[in-house]
Amino acid sequence: MDKAKKPETKMVPVPSTNLVPERDVDKLPVLEARNLGIEFGGLTALAGFNMAIGRTEIAGLIGPNGAGKTTVFNLLTKVYQPTHGTILLDGRDTNNMTTVQINKAGIARTFQNIRLFSNLSVEDNVKLGLHNNINYGMWNGILRLPAYWKGERRAHEQAMELLSIFDMQDLAGNRAGSLPYGAQRRLEIVRALATKPLLLLLDEPAAGMNPSETAELMENIVKIRDTLQIAIILIEHDMNLVMGICEGICVLNFGKIIAKGTPREIRNNPQVIEAYLGKKRED
Amino acid sequence: MKIMGKASRSKVITYGFVIAAFVIVQLLKSSGNISSSLQGQLVPICAYVVMAISLNLTVGVLGELSLGHAGFMSVGAFTGVVACISLESIIPFTILRMTVSIIIGAFSAGVAGTLIGIPVLRLEGDYLAIVTLAFGEIIKNITNCLYVGVDKAGLHVNFLTDATSLNLSEGGRVIIDGPMGISGITKLSTFTMGFALIMVTLFIVLNLIDSRSGRAIMALRDNRIAAESVGIHVTKYKLMAFATSAALAGAAGTLYAMNYSTIIASKFGFNTSILILVFVVLGGLGNIRGSIIAATVLTILPEMLRQFNNYRMVIYAIVLILIMLATNDDNLKGFLSNLRNRLLPSNLRKGKKGAENG
Repeated sequence: MDKAKKPETKMVPVPSTNLVPERDVDKLPVLEARNLGIEFGGLTALAGFNMAIGRTEIAGLIGPNGAGKTTVFNLLTKVYQPTHGTILLDGRDTNNMTTVQINKAGIARTFQNIRLFSNLSVEDNVKLGLHNNINYGMWNGILRLPAYWKGERRAHEQAMELLSIFDMQDLAGNRAGSLPYGAQRRLEIVRALATKPLLLLLDEPAAGMNPSETAELMENIVKIRDTLQIAIILIEHDMNLVMGICEGICVLNFGKIIAKGTPREIRNNPQVIEAYLGKKRED
Repeated sequence: MKIMGKASRSKVITYGFVIAAFVIVQLLKSSGNISSSLQGQLVPICAYVVMAISLNLTVGVLGELSLGHAGFMSVGAFTGVVACISLESIIPFTILRMTVSIIIGAFSAGVAGTLIGIPVLRLEGDYLAIVTLAFGEIIKNITNCLYVGVDKAGLHVNFLTDATSLNLSEGGRVIIDGPMGISGITKLSTFTMGFALIMVTLFIVLNLIDSRSGRAIMALRDNRIAAESVGIHVTKYKLMAFATSAALAGAAGTLYAMNYSTIIASKFGFNTSILILVFVVLGGLGNIRGSIIAATVLTILPEMLRQFNNYRMVIYAIVLILIMLATNDDNLKGFLSNLRNRLLPSNLRKGKKGAENG
């Protein structure tokens, strides 16, 4: 059944139901999810998820708690293998890829509950993001051969450059676990960017941040997109952030997409309002 | 001082500490101020220090509990001694023969570590600990049933039979005699060799930790899911740490075995694995310097308690418990760090932060 559908989607690279911004429409979408779904036992956590993301798009994924937003991220990064559907990353089928391969292919992510290497320094956390970009082997490291010195110098320079996105160079020597909450979230983003992704997935980047920190984060997300020319999908409950920077928004509820559109369309969509606030009682 | 990072300063302290200890012991030895029982302990102490450092790589740095570390020591001990005996005529120069034997011991233990690591490292936490325990016992029991002899034709290996079925030609020699182990070893290990092995181990472990591979290993310890999300291959780095740790244990095994005239498989059982784990836990997980101190102190301690005769091990156990309580006591820790802050000038104190991995 799927096979019959494929040629049709190839002719129209970005189906009209998707929210790719105009500047990206003619280009191959960085990510395309087709009929994505997963079941845990008998429970359908996500079904019929279709989405295409433009190469420099900032997209939002919103919905009430338990709607399946993080599940989408876990499927895209192959923490779970989807039971239905396909994911095309930069036009390549990601079927049977592992989390590690997905990262090498170009998806980096942050986590809802921060997952830093908390006993290591801030700089080492970023250097771990650079792991596959700075290549020297174990013996080069043990014997301190020239490749080690060259690799470490490059890693240090690149790590500092990445940390400067959030003005965090001064924190480089601190233990990651000792940073304040907001800084830990920012470090996670820096670490993800260090893997040089095509697509960055941010899982509640503004959680636990105060309004001024959130405003700064919004600017920085846009800045990251503009300077690195990458696509970003973010899950967020802070509607100011979502409505402020997302070009396309996808609303999930009970594992299904209930609406897709621009921020303005989503704001006025009755189904979305119902999902968030409930139905008006008819007296 | 500015050029050195925190990590390298901590390394220099660790190397300096070991060299200083070596020099002091050598001075005491030459002036005759060291008891004969302690002199006999010097090589075992070196072997245990290497064992503790190598186990710390698995338990402290990789963060996986291994209860079969003595098994790798056993592999190193037996292959090392077999190599040393069979190379007797080829390499007459003892230090070189010993070095070659240690390398062979380390290599074979490393291979054993890799083979065992492939299935074992798929497990996590308690399960991994139990399976490593099982493999440690398997290695012990295999060596118990192993018969190895050497003659002009080379090595003869037999399993589950007896020494006579090795069919050695005239002038041949049985090396491993099943449960009787190896007897008639010429003691070749010296304290200086032990010191050299500690330095090599430190060089390998400290440089590994402070490199790209070491960072990846520590990342797996801190957060496996995050490590995968930044593209770090879990199995590869787990195996790297486990095999390196096993190889170093093998080297320690050869050093240890070549210090005795007889060596049997049951010496490297569960008790030895636990003993080394105690060194690592007491010294502090991931704290290499702590492992060195703990291994030294806890190897000397039973000897010093000899005057208590039958109550020796009871007192040893009580001392262990007291040390555990003391090192986990927050008040005491606070008191010590206050003391340190007051006594040390502030420019020296900065280096303390990086002590974690050195």
